[in-house]
Amino acid sequence: MKAVCWNGANDVRVQSVPDPTILNPRDAIIKITSTAICGSDLHIYGGYIPTVQQGDIIGHEFMGEVVEVGKGVNNLKIGDRVVVPSTIGCGNCNYCQRDMWSLCDNSNPKGWIQEKLFGNITSAIYGYSHMLGGYAGAQAEYIRVPFADVGVVKVPPDLPDEMLLFISDAIPTGYMGAELCDIQPGDTVAVWGCGAVGQFAMISAYMMGAEKVIGIDRFPERLEMAKKFAKAEVINYEEVNAGEALKEMTGGRGPDACIDAVGLEAHGVGLEDFYDQTKQKLRLETDRPHVLREMMVACRKGGTLSIMGVYGGFVDKIPLGAAFNKGLTFRMGQMHGQKYMHSLLQMILDGKLDPSFVVTHQLPLEQAPHAYHIFQQKKDNCIKVVLKP
Amino acid sequence: MTSTSGDKSSTNQPEASEVERWASLIGGGAMVLMGLRQGSLRGALTALAGGGLVYQGATKQSTIQKAQEAIGLNQPIKVEKTVTINKSAEELYRFWHDFENLPTFMKHLKSVKVYDEKRSHWIANAPLDNTVEWDADILEDRENEFISWASVEGADVDNSGFVRFKKAPGDRGTEVKVVLEYNPPGGALAATVAKLFGEEPEQQIGDELRRFKMLMEAGEIATTEGQPSGRK
Repeated sequence: MKAVCWNGANDVRVQSVPDPTILNPRDAIIKITSTAICGSDLHIYGGYIPTVQQGDIIGHEFMGEVVEVGKGVNNLKIGDRVVVPSTIGCGNCNYCQRDMWSLCDNSNPKGWIQEKLFGNITSAIYGYSHMLGGYAGAQAEYIRVPFADVGVVKVPPDLPDEMLLFISDAIPTGYMGAELCDIQPGDTVAVWGCGAVGQFAMISAYMMGAEKVIGIDRFPERLEMAKKFAKAEVINYEEVNAGEALKEMTGGRGPDACIDAVGLEAHGVGLEDFYDQTKQKLRLETDRPHVLREMMVACRKGGTLSIMGVYGGFVDKIPLGAAFNKGLTFRMGQMHGQKYMHSLLQMILDGKLDPSFVVTHQLPLEQAPHAYHIFQQKKDNCIKVVLKP
Repeated sequence: MTSTSGDKSSTNQPEASEVERWASLIGGGAMVLMGLRQGSLRGALTALAGGGLVYQGATKQSTIQKAQEAIGLNQPIKVEKTVTINKSAEELYRFWHDFENLPTFMKHLKSVKVYDEKRSHWIANAPLDNTVEWDADILEDRENEFISWASVEGADVDNSGFVRFKKAPGDRGTEVKVVLEYNPPGGALAATVAKLFGEEPEQQIGDELRRFKMLMEAGEIATTEGQPSGRK
């Protein structure tokens, strides 16, 4: 089959690889009909995620059709149309049973790498480094889905892929980001990053009762999308100082909750951005924490920071004094897709949510290298690419 | 050794009380602790199972060991690891007690054959397609709580170990603790056996216990072996 393989920083190639096979009883093989490039795939593309190896198939947001099931899978049959969550959960461990699927104890066969670095093991994610399991990813014609009897969501045949694909990752990530904010009536929620996850975080924040939602980005087309579809007020941080603008828009208090939908390749302005860019290039810090710093200073006293952008390692110059003295609450983590997917599907079926607006590009799988390039460089107004194998 | 210490003067109170709890469970009190601290798990377990001559058994062995260590011979490989498994102690004990099940998650074991209630025959994988074999006896067996075993005289590798099952707080399942000790023999076998657990025995035992947990909780062991990639 054809698959998108990582061959080094800023180098992905479409290669011929063997087809996946059933390796365990609870496996299924899915023929992929649509797979997206997630913003967090850009961290891999850029070479910032440790333990990605040359030749790894990448990608984790996908849907398709069941073509083979293992003997332990009784609830799926060949021909079922399914959306699969990007994080892999066994459904049996204490964490899965408490609906904390991305903290699964049993899905990561290379847990010792993570245990050394993080002290514990979290769930595996398709195509997202060997530290996170080393599973082959979804930007391919077929994929092996472990523990397919749990988590996988069957979807009806009459809706197009673009309506359904994002319940695999981007929608539940944004939704969980808003949920972690514990939004109260009248709250103002600021969202850093107006890519797909940021858009869904803003929409979700309104659903949960926020009175005002503010989107922060530097690309006009993303800010336009935030205004048009998420009904957000917007800040272009290259034009105005985001911290000052937020104060001004919240009566001098600061937002009640702040959502990071950017992660470890955050951009800032001026000297601080230069500092982070340099340290990251010299491998003196793994992650650029610009958004974290800005949120800690901008948030109102006693407010909440919800971190959904991906971080992998170590950050530098964190204003912990601000966070401590202001009594901030930090909540974060990979999303627990399996917890949210069914209700999100229902919202789409009920006509309450149409996520297809985020798609700016649909390209054949063969054009993945081009797609990565324009997404990373934000060329051609690229916000979200869906690849069609 | 990473945790267990019998030193009562230790300032680490929680650790000391933990030690006392499971020492009383085992039934031998200070002797096992001494054995563990001084590097003679086998002596302590044997003595406990035998019920007598405990102190002498433990100290004598450790003296020999210390002498051997001093001249750089026979460094014992000793590891301990604990994992919490979302299953009852009964279920876990039952699976483990049939030693023939162990190779399904312990990659360093090739096979185990159970002869009778007490004795079993173990074959372990060693580097370069070698194997090492030994007979082992169960020393002590408390249903749903504790099993200890040790190789009998004439084994390729003198080894001993125990597994303890303890209910975790709340509904978190069962805490499973494993302690293993291998005393590599001298001579030609030594180098082979020393690598039984690779470079990092703690990690290997950790991996094996994680596979035990996967098998017990999820019914299968997560793997990526055999999946496609673009590696040449």
